[in-house]
Amino acid sequence: MHVMYFTEQPMSAYPADIGLEFGATALMFSNKYYDPVAGSRLYNEYLEQYIYAEEMGVEGFMLNEHHNAPFCMQSKCNIFAAILAAVTKKAKIVLLGNPLPLAENPVRLAEELAMIDMISRGRLVSGFVRGGGQEQLANGVSPAYNRERFEEAHDLVVAAWTREGPFRWEGTHYQHRVVNPWAVPLQKPYPRVWIPGVLSKETIIWAAKQRYPYIALNTSIEATKTIWKLYDEVAREVGYEAGPQNRGYLQQVHVSDSEEKAEKNARQFLWMQGEFTGLAHPVWSNPAGYFSPEFRRQFVEFAVGRAESPRGRPTFEKQVADGRVIYGTPDTVIPKLRRVLEETRPSIYGLWGNDGNVSNEDARTCIRLLGQEVMPAMREFGKELGLTDPFEAEAPVHLRYSTDLKQLPQAAE
Amino acid sequence: MAAGASWNESKVEIAGVTLHLARAGSGRPVLVLHHDIGSPEQLDFYDALASRFDVLVPHHPGYGKSERPQWLRSVRDVAVMYQWLLSDLGIERPSLVGLGFGGWIAAEMAAMAPDRLHRLALVGAMGLKPPEGDILDQAIISYLDYARAGFHDQAAFARIYGDVSTDQLVDWDICREMCFRIAWKPYMYSQTLPHLLGGVKAPALVVWGDDDKIVPRSAGELYAATLPNARFEIVRAAGHCAEMEQPAAVARLIGGFVAEN
Repeated sequence: MHVMYFTEQPMSAYPADIGLEFGATALMFSNKYYDPVAGSRLYNEYLEQYIYAEEMGVEGFMLNEHHNAPFCMQSKCNIFAAILAAVTKKAKIVLLGNPLPLAENPVRLAEELAMIDMISRGRLVSGFVRGGGQEQLANGVSPAYNRERFEEAHDLVVAAWTREGPFRWEGTHYQHRVVNPWAVPLQKPYPRVWIPGVLSKETIIWAAKQRYPYIALNTSIEATKTIWKLYDEVAREVGYEAGPQNRGYLQQVHVSDSEEKAEKNARQFLWMQGEFTGLAHPVWSNPAGYFSPEFRRQFVEFAVGRAESPRGRPTFEKQVADGRVIYGTPDTVIPKLRRVLEETRPSIYGLWGNDGNVSNEDARTCIRLLGQEVMPAMREFGKELGLTDPFEAEAPVHLRYSTDLKQLPQAAE
Repeated sequence: MAAGASWNESKVEIAGVTLHLARAGSGRPVLVLHHDIGSPEQLDFYDALASRFDVLVPHHPGYGKSERPQWLRSVRDVAVMYQWLLSDLGIERPSLVGLGFGGWIAAEMAAMAPDRLHRLALVGAMGLKPPEGDILDQAIISYLDYARAGFHDQAAFARIYGDVSTDQLVDWDICREMCFRIAWKPYMYSQTLPHLLGGVKAPALVVWGDDDKIVPRSAGELYAATLPNARFEIVRAAGHCAEMEQPAAVARLIGGFVAEN
């Protein structure tokens, strides 16, 4: 079982009352409220927290990125990944991930990731995402081609990693005269690719067809089981049997030295969901063409205020009841996590420890308890429950490298 | 106002794409090109034109009842498809009436085949970078707010769209997605079009609502200054969708213009 530490890296030092008054804190909430002195402090605190996490026994750093919003300061996950590659020694650097459609030049992305893989001596896991809706707007990329660009950029990055250059790329969205990067990954055939997601069936199906592990991001336990069911069906159609090594799960888990303090800090998870300040107008988070067409009708009603969000916005209590938010001392949290593992059987598990306005001191306490008490217990459960992770299983990086198939499929598109 | 012309609806295949076409009336052929938010089934403005001319109102490829071409990438592609449509229908000297986004398509068509044109009428046309101000970006506002911004008087919006059904919202989302496929960046204008309008010798009429909140008037003035034989007219008490808000006034202006020899 591979267990990772994650924080969304909130830029929490801004006037929340003004965000509340404006009614949104993404895309159009003015950066005149951004305080770079606080930003500098927070970047360094988050970096030091990740380094501390390794000292406390954490085996994986999960990093992500977002744009134009205080809920996540990491506007380029490769930057933290590069720093951690140099200053840490053992933990996997798990990017979940680079938003592929935002890349105007995926070859450059392939170079950056190859550099991180070499600097870290082969510790990179290179996840890819579609990017949030408002990020398409923030980066000037048409949401209408989001999925096409995701798939083509993926194919180009993998080609840049695996094909001998120079070669030419004449795609629909990307054309390159010369693909011949003088930086290639240390890990062969290429660094593991994990695909995180929340909702889109298309992404689950695509990940299963590639045989890439799918990482369910903070979904409820029931929704997570539904995701596995779809993944498993697609896997069977493709010709392999999916299991724990194909499954990852990220949950909001805050531990502290008292129940009261844990609950108080766990309530900060709602901070980034917009409970306090609102996040984004629906047409920013889901611009036309970005959403799956099957949700179009439901979405337009939501966008004009006639219906609830298709994703819902459950209360803190409901999220605790659904198992989306877990908090307590290690003694109370460990049995809860065991139940989650028994029910959902992932082999990759992200502990989203801290968010919102949790103090640096409390965040470090959480990291210490996660690393020293919670994670060792989870690894034991993993052994007991047979939750073999992709590294332990030496699972193929991609379907095409499978050795257990009777017949290697012709294509995995 | 002519009441309820008899419209004939048909499907036509252009570039492998099935387009929806409504046609009514007789006389000089007039191709009417609708807005970025699609077109209502019926408009007094269409009926008024159809009482004097042979009026064709296609749904743009990917909008309304027309099929989406996955390959379509630019507004100029749409203009080529409509030149193909006119050729297939044997229409040699059409007048073009372009409404908002449709005005951009009309201007592209005029630039690519200036000899085939009888008259060019643009109403609140997109397509040029406004010298002052920006074209209102629907990407960052909701469907309702964007459609409403097209009107000077919200009572006029209500007359056309009523309470706005969910079907209408879905149609607007599909239209919006299509705009994002072909006019995303630069948003709703061409950097090359202003250099190509000089060949359009046919008379042009540039009509602007006096309260157009979608396309700044400076863009209309630029069209009037760039087209060699153009005149600029302001419609009072009208927004971007001037032909919906003041159908009689706009139909009178354009009808008289198309009827000229």
